Amino acid sequence: MQPILDIADLRKSYGDGFEALKGVSLRIEPGEIIALLGPNGAGKTTLISTVCGITTATSGTVAVGGHDIIRDFRAARSMIGLVPQEINLEPFERVINTVRFSRGLFGKSPDEAAIEKILRQLSLWDKRNNQIRELSGGMKRRVLIAKALSHEPRLLFLDEPTAGVDVELRKDMWEIVEGLKADGVTIVLTTHYIEEAEAIADRVGVIAKGELLLVEDKADLMARMGQKQLDVQLSAPLEDVPEALAKYDLTLCDDGRTLTYSYDTRAERTGITKLLRDVSEAGLVLRDVVTRQSSLEDIFVGLVHEEEEAAS
Amino acid sequence: MNWTAIRAIYLFEMARFFRTLAQSLISPVLSTSLYFVVFGAAIGSRIQEIEGVSYGAFIVPGLIMLSVITQAISNASFGIYFPKFIGTIYELLSAPVNFLEIVAGYVGAAATKALFIGIIILITAFFFVDVTIAHPLAMVAFLLLTCLSFALLGFIIGIWAGNFEQLQLVPLLVVTPLVFLGGAFYSISMLPPVWQTISYFNPVVYLISGFRWAFFGSADVPIALSLMAIAGFTAACLLVIGWIFKTGWRIRQ
Repeated sequence: MQPILDIADLRKSYGDGFEALKGVSLRIEPGEIIALLGPNGAGKTTLISTVCGITTATSGTVAVGGHDIIRDFRAARSMIGLVPQEINLEPFERVINTVRFSRGLFGKSPDEAAIEKILRQLSLWDKRNNQIRELSGGMKRRVLIAKALSHEPRLLFLDEPTAGVDVELRKDMWEIVEGLKADGVTIVLTTHYIEEAEAIADRVGVIAKGELLLVEDKADLMARMGQKQLDVQLSAPLEDVPEALAKYDLTLCDDGRTLTYSYDTRAERTGITKLLRDVSEAGLVLRDVVTRQSSLEDIFVGLVHEEEEAAS
Repeated sequence: MNWTAIRAIYLFEMARFFRTLAQSLISPVLSTSLYFVVFGAAIGSRIQEIEGVSYGAFIVPGLIMLSVITQAISNASFGIYFPKFIGTIYELLSAPVNFLEIVAGYVGAAATKALFIGIIILITAFFFVDVTIAHPLAMVAFLLLTCLSFALLGFIIGIWAGNFEQLQLVPLLVVTPLVFLGGAFYSISMLPPVWQTISYFNPVVYLISGFRWAFFGSADVPIALSLMAIAGFTAACLLVIGWIFKTGWRIRQ
């Protein structure tokens, strides 16, 4: 299948010599949700802006649905919807007019039924005749999404859609994204909230310092990188890890009441059976056993750290 | 051409105008009326006719030009500066439109607003003085070209401006003096020879002279020269705008 977005060796340097993108390549298949994860200043917004035509690339190519974004910019841009990070709206204009404007700007003939559908989908229909300045922050963000969807794009960019948004609205936003996915829209969202990527993405890309460190299926990523921890809670506290258990590389915490063992879920032998047998043979009495899976956040922090260490 | 996009921009901009219709119209009508009261009735009665036209009527073309030029510049510059200021420019830059379509939408709307106000002032003038229009077609053509060319200049100013002060700077420091010294209230022939020569370097002189010719059939400079001046000015503005969009100056990084 033809990718909906095909980015090849994209580079962007600014006038002051700052390299915001250092050769990013990325292919996105139709219908998936991909989350680009990275700290502030990693190049997430620059990547999106370049694909959308707001900034011009220094080198590299981008094709949207097979249309080059420079040579065939009309076809490419018609397929894209962009929800920017900042709430940029005409304060005195009415909700429905700004959405109509966006639709027209993208070359689609007026269609009140389509606009009504979008506004209803985003729970904005009751507010359609309100001036933008009368809306709450969350509602304004919905207007931005409505504008981006007004021309029925196939590829939607959500740049930090939930930055500074309360928990409830964040959940709403995730539902909206799920709904769009069901309609067949491909979604690229940037975020620095790991839980967001974890909750809604199919694939996760990690960006740091202008480089795409990896792009992987979310489940694979978590499984591959995922370390599990086994906490062995003891009835009586220990001073040190017993000699007999030294080979397991255990850490003693919780004032000597918990032994923590790290293992890889994908390994042939996790070593859990032997460990527990040796614990029992060492004469320790167990109170409880708990396992923990590392989150995307741990993985992400690990990756960015590795990168920083490699650089220094 | 993405006509739908041009139409969308045009209508969106016109909506802003109609939202503030009262203040858009009251201020030019009021200031024009004041000019007629002060220059036409109070001072004008002591001034003899200029080239066979009463002074009150003589200043009508200049007054219309003054308002039309100011309005065309301020509407167009604000129209494109405001999206830059509030950040909605992202949508224009990411839309499937080229620069000609963006310019057509914004400049078209600004020129329409200026034209609207020009016509209102002309109508106001009829209440105060006897105005005859010798060459109606030429009058309309001059009015349209002026609206268009100064809206283009306004568009450039709006792109260039980095803050609201700069937005006001060019109209205030450059355009208003040029219009006042461009013969809006007098004939160039009334000036001493040195100042006449200097005046011919003022592009607005050609505009006002041509426009006045359309009303009264007499002019400071030949009508062909006036037409060439405004055509040249329009072309220069278009070239600058073309360059702006090609290089992304002040809009696209």
